[in-house]
Amino acid sequence: MKKSTTTKEIVNQGLLAGLIALSLNVIGFIALLGERELITGWVSLGHVFLFASPLAFAYLMSKKMGAESKGKLLGVGFAIGAIASLPSIILIFIESATNIRQFLANVSPALVEMLTFGQGAVLGSILLLIAFGLIGAFAAVISALSDHIRHPLINAFAWTLGFATFSEILLIRVRDIFGRGLAKLIFSGKALNPVFAIIFFAIVAAITVFWDKRGASIKEKMLNFTPVQNKQMARGKSALIALAILFLPLILGSYLTEVTNNVGLYILMGLGLNIVVGFAGLLDLGYVAFFAIGAYVMGVLTSEGALGLDAGFTFWTALPISVITATLFGIVLGIPVLGMRGDYLAIVTLGFGEIIRIIAVSDLFKDTLGGAQGILQIPKPSFFGTDLVQPGQLYYVVLAGVLLALFIATRLRDSRLGRQWMAMREDEDVAEAMGMNLVNTKLMAFATGAAFSGLAGAIFASKLTSIFPHSFNLIISINVLSLIIVGGVGSIPGVFAGALILVGLPELLREFAEYRMLIYGTLLIVMMLFKPEGFLPDQRRKRELHPDDEIEAPPQSVGAES
Amino acid sequence: MEAILSTRNVTKRFGGLIAVNSFEIDVKENSISSVIGPNGAGKTTFFNCITGFYTPTEGEIIFDGNEHIEGLRPDQVTLKGISRTYQNIRLFSNMTAIENILVGMHRHLKTHWIESIYKSKRFIKEEEDALEEAIRLLNFVGLKGLGDHSARNLPYGAQRRLEIARALASKPKLLLLDEPTAGMNPNESIELMHFIRQLRDEVGITILLIEHDMKVVMGISEEIWVMDFGQKIAEGTPLEIQRNPKVIEAYLGSGAASGLNLEQGE
Amino acid sequence: MERIKQIDFLGLIMGIFRAGIIVAMLWGTIATLMDNPYSADAWTETIVAGIAQGSLYALIAIGYTLVYGVLFMINFAHGEFFMSGIMTATIFVALPMGESGYLDAHPVIGITIIAIVAMLVSVGIALLTERIAYRPLRGAPRLVPLITAIGASFFWQYFFRGLYGSEVKPFPLIDSVAGKVSIGGVLILKSQVLVIVVAILMLIGLYLFVVKTKVGKSIRAAAENKDVARLMGIDVDRAITITFTMGAAMAGIAGVLYALVFRQVHFFMGFFPGIKAFTAAVLGGIGSIPGAALGGLFLGLFESVGPGLFLEGLGVPSPHQLKDVIAFTMLVLVLIFRPQGILGERLAEEKA
Repeated sequence: MKKSTTTKEIVNQGLLAGLIALSLNVIGFIALLGERELITGWVSLGHVFLFASPLAFAYLMSKKMGAESKGKLLGVGFAIGAIASLPSIILIFIESATNIRQFLANVSPALVEMLTFGQGAVLGSILLLIAFGLIGAFAAVISALSDHIRHPLINAFAWTLGFATFSEILLIRVRDIFGRGLAKLIFSGKALNPVFAIIFFAIVAAITVFWDKRGASIKEKMLNFTPVQNKQMARGKSALIALAILFLPLILGSYLTEVTNNVGLYILMGLGLNIVVGFAGLLDLGYVAFFAIGAYVMGVLTSEGALGLDAGFTFWTALPISVITATLFGIVLGIPVLGMRGDYLAIVTLGFGEIIRIIAVSDLFKDTLGGAQGILQIPKPSFFGTDLVQPGQLYYVVLAGVLLALFIATRLRDSRLGRQWMAMREDEDVAEAMGMNLVNTKLMAFATGAAFSGLAGAIFASKLTSIFPHSFNLIISINVLSLIIVGGVGSIPGVFAGALILVGLPELLREFAEYRMLIYGTLLIVMMLFKPEGFLPDQRRKRELHPDDEIEAPPQSVGAES
Repeated sequence: MEAILSTRNVTKRFGGLIAVNSFEIDVKENSISSVIGPNGAGKTTFFNCITGFYTPTEGEIIFDGNEHIEGLRPDQVTLKGISRTYQNIRLFSNMTAIENILVGMHRHLKTHWIESIYKSKRFIKEEEDALEEAIRLLNFVGLKGLGDHSARNLPYGAQRRLEIARALASKPKLLLLDEPTAGMNPNESIELMHFIRQLRDEVGITILLIEHDMKVVMGISEEIWVMDFGQKIAEGTPLEIQRNPKVIEAYLGSGAASGLNLEQGE
Repeated sequence: MERIKQIDFLGLIMGIFRAGIIVAMLWGTIATLMDNPYSADAWTETIVAGIAQGSLYALIAIGYTLVYGVLFMINFAHGEFFMSGIMTATIFVALPMGESGYLDAHPVIGITIIAIVAMLVSVGIALLTERIAYRPLRGAPRLVPLITAIGASFFWQYFFRGLYGSEVKPFPLIDSVAGKVSIGGVLILKSQVLVIVVAILMLIGLYLFVVKTKVGKSIRAAAENKDVARLMGIDVDRAITITFTMGAAMAGIAGVLYALVFRQVHFFMGFFPGIKAFTAAVLGGIGSIPGAALGGLFLGLFESVGPGLFLEGLGVPSPHQLKDVIAFTMLVLVLIFRPQGILGERLAEEKA
């Protein structure tokens, strides 16, 4: 009895894994990732994602089966892997026999080359089957290992993978800072040197083993420091972080600083939307509108081209005006939606965002806003005579903005206004009954969010020196929303985490930029299904979203409780 | 003694349905009184009219002398000095007990939000004082030490008390309690009864209850109004009400014994 | 909205705003009519185009209104159900048929096959989405399914972009559907006639299904109150599945009709029609099938006739660029001032 259900399950899991792998193949994801080598000559990022699905399914199945004989687990793992390879094998044969590329644009020869390990349809398919099967068996083995063996292996794998994925970028930095010699040792071509990869893997594994064994006692020792020592440590930590932040452009180099600047602008917007959605619970999908307003006001006021006002505004004098304008719009656009909740609020704000965009693109205000051509020749900010042109210089402007927003957001969160927002989010009617003026509370949220967004927009306009309405679209609103959700709605550290993951990663890895929206979509769904509170959640939100979890019962000191 | 709350001819219609029909009460200052009646009689709707959640279709509500409060928004009513608890507990479940009370204090926290950004001395002092007061209230209702528990984790009885603490935080002159003993066992109800009396005596507040537990109603009320189908069918002292045949009829249908020990809750 | 009424100052602003829009529209209309830049034929063309467009919106709106009626969620991804069906059908069926000449030789069979393929794919994608992304989240706080739906929308858009590429694909021109036909002395595009006729038939058929059959009743029961429906022995999951199926099937057909009129498909083609169809659903009264039809018609007409009618009179340059603004503005206005729509079911304020 058990055998047959297990067989059915194995086949199901295998097919599921196979369909996922097939989908990734067919949309061209694997082929594109295949171009990024991780370890020269051996493994590419494409392989990682290709093998990820049979690995995951085999691992889970094996874990579920638990205490079976090692041989059986291996068998099951191999079976799942092998079955998972079948849909892709079918694809290989279809590709060789028909003109499938006419229909499915991304089933390319390069893909098939990769899948068959360059060995042609028949031999390649067999190889693929074996490879998948082995991966599955390997997953089974991993699942059966005891924790203290598995943990270092997984850790080492993750770090090596991470290192290798970013090798193209790290290569440049290492070369610039430490010279070619070291670079040649670590990297070969654009990926990791195989020898170095193995050594790195071993080192990380060793460190993990060490930390697992000794880490607890070291932590304890640290807890037993005197208060004076603790304070010193805290000061030391803060000083280190402050230095790192101040000198980041030097550490990162020009390209990475540019990436950081873009991430920074999204962090700024994220902090704002975090207040609107996270604190006050108002789902605003038209958030890009305020970004656009900030940018356009900056553009109109300072542009040296035909559309500029030519009234002597510099970046710094135009900045407050941009922010104030955006804030006013935040209030104005907030008024009509005061009575709405949930879905309807989201759609109406989406509507507002789109209306503003379409009007900006249209010929209606072409004379002021430039229509589809946008506004050009916006000057970069200048600081005591120097034009801040380099990413490294602009970094400090972005940093100032982010720090300001961070400061305000944190202070507000811990203030009466923060409590007002939270109470309103919990139960609007009761919050009102507490004496709160809902209109003011909501408008404050909208205004603050709009202000941050406007600030980001103004900096953006100056940084880019030209703005086009096509760049102010719904996708930006979705980006910001996604990053605060992934990081954790309502959580301020979460904004940073989300921005790093959702904005930083695509900037650094071209492949992810290509499939960015697909990844966002998947991430949103997956996060909502499994971790709706985000990666760095605000404690309250976690409670809110897992109401059935174990709760700590308070002590029985409350008199007449049953 | 002056009436702190008077309702004249208060009527609330929802389309064709008349939920409250010309209900008139005069609540004396510093008293404990109750509004009772069968389920669905319109009592909570009446409370909602007082607190501003509904605007009465007709009628006047006069508070503390000569303030007309009918038609005001809920937050405006609270600012006048009226506070309430709810039939189904409506705490801010994901906030801690202390935070719930702090929100209740909203009326008395005056510093501007800008000051909270740069943490002025006034802001820091106000927050400190507020916290002290909140802890005091917490202890007063018997929830000492539970301040940091999130409201949803507290036992039922504690939640009811927390709701009262939150309502007290705004230092109201009139406190409306909507079925405060719902879901409590007899011991807890009696405890609450004593607590309400203590509250009135120590704090000097007027309390108006909606209640189904007759022991409690008869035990602490100085005056009772009986509502059925939105209308006032009787008023008076507990003794008078117990003997009133109309009341007995309303609860039990036709001709029966005294109105004690009727069913609790829905 | 009762309490909002008491905010006098704001109420005043909103009232002025409302009045302003009506005045602007009237002014523009009168100005245009006085100028009379368009001939009667031009107006007729515009009106018919509007009706055809509206029919498309109505078909797609069905999906939104049915799902909202049962699950109280806006299925953001519905536009993608619409897109997936017709794109797949175009790439795998219509284009090959068109090239080989089969489509011109046997248009009826050809279009039927295309329609079947489109419907199957749309339904398949819809059910997959429901099963994986929506069903597990049925009890979650409101924002969670909404965000999931947004995620699903983007997922499918870019998944199909990955499948078929990012270029616009042409839909073959079928001889028998090309050109114009004369109805009551007016020349109308054949494709538009087809759209209107098919849409009417499908809407009537759907309405009868929902009202008369047992399955339809079970859906309406589940929409009213799931717990009670379950107690009555109704399989709520199945009812929801059928709801999604019907909505997606309608969207699939709408896709075919869209392709016949506009003759191109694209991975992003579902986004705007999706939002506009949602506008139509809300306009007509969300949760109501006749409402979706009515809303679709209204929106289509307004969007088609509007730019010429009042925007031009107001002196707006290139008014047709702002066609979408009209749709979005309608959406915003309806949700602000009359969220229950024309046929006014109280579903809208259930949120309070």
